[in-house]
Amino acid sequence: MSKLDKYLRTDQMPHFACPGCTHGTAWAAMIRSIEQLGLDKNKTVMVCAIGCAGRLPVYLDFPSIRTPHGRALSYATGVKLANPDLNVIVFMGDGDASAIGGNHLIHTARRNLDITAIVATNEIYGMTGGQYAPTTEGGRFASTAPFGMIENQLDVCKLVEGAGASFVGRGDVYHVRELKDLIASAITHKGFSLVEVFTTCPTHFGRRNNMKKPSVLVEHLKNLTVSKKQAEKMTEEEVAGKLLRGILLKEERPEYVETYDRLAGFKEEGESV
Amino acid sequence: MTKIIIEPNWCKSCGICVDFCPTNVLELDISGKLKVVDANACISCKLCEIRCPDLAIEIEED
Ligand SMILES: Cc1ncc(C[n+]2csc(CCOP(=O)(O)OP(=O)(O)O)c2C)c(N)n1
Ligand code: SF4
Ligand code: SF4
Ligand code: SF4
Ligand SMILES: [Mg+2]
Repeated sequence: MSKLDKYLRTDQMPHFACPGCTHGTAWAAMIRSIEQLGLDKNKTVMVCAIGCAGRLPVYLDFPSIRTPHGRALSYATGVKLANPDLNVIVFMGDGDASAIGGNHLIHTARRNLDITAIVATNEIYGMTGGQYAPTTEGGRFASTAPFGMIENQLDVCKLVEGAGASFVGRGDVYHVRELKDLIASAITHKGFSLVEVFTTCPTHFGRRNNMKKPSVLVEHLKNLTVSKKQAEKMTEEEVAGKLLRGILLKEERPEYVETYDRLAGFKEEGESV
Repeated sequence: MTKIIIEPNWCKSCGICVDFCPTNVLELDISGKLKVVDANACISCKLCEIRCPDLAIEIEED
């Protein structure tokens, strides 16, 4: 039983995730933002793929599609083009979104199609046993990085900003009060919006990085980011090495379906959609 | 008074709500079961509710 029962497949709960896996916290924030916006459940499509993050939307009672690994955004593109009146929300893991699905992420952002992508970054491939992800911080341990991660950490927000997203935000499950509003802003934005949420995998990331206790791992997120507003008052040295949190980019740009419909003669210029 | 509602079938005893509660309202007992130990100290901040990964704890204010 929960206040959010109306959005859940309660007969499937509790969900599968490990104790203290805060993908669940990001997932819950998404549900609360949908509730806050009062979105029609039958006009909101959930698209997800593979991985622990990718499995959580299965517990939600929305029209939904589960796709092959990394392809959630491609299916979401199809849904949105077929029926632009639908709200289309994609919930993905960091590996799903930025490794195997990286190319799809780039081109969905580039088109500025009105879809919202939520990326749960736990810096690891949780489901398959803790391999490092493109988002793993340098020096961190993973099953495939027994001596520490030697590759550069991918900044998902910068990637999609460069690719042409018109809304980019970042949050985490330590600063959990900000999450619901951040996701709600992304959903209401017209155009491609992405919110990266730093989450935690105690089972694989925590265990290998000396932060096995779920709350210790969440506490670790506290100093990973600094809010964009705070950062403006800080010196360059103070901000160095930290990721920015909050709404990082929000611009009004021609949205794909609107442009397409106008060119195809479906809608006159200036006519509301 | 604030009501703290725990869904025992959903709670996975991860301790996140316990460790972040600012007024030590919650505890995991010896068997790992989540317990309210000081309901009067609850300040209804709802941090437990919004940080629980399993939707297993809720605060009801009247
Ligand atoms: C095409 C394909 N390749 C590989 C896999 C194996 N696989 C399943 S989940 C996963 C990684 C998921 O990582 P991430 O998206 O970060 O999700 P997390 O489990 O960390 O939430 C991989 C590689 C697969 N299912 N399908
Ligand atoms: S393996 Fe990691 S990411 Fe997957 S459910 Fe467990 S804690 Fe979460
Ligand atoms: S955070 Fe949720 S799952 Fe974890 S102990 Fe508290 S109520 Fe249980
Ligand atoms: S609402 Fe706040 S004070 Fe009350 S139990 Fe939850 S975390 Fe503790
Ligand atoms: Mg991951």
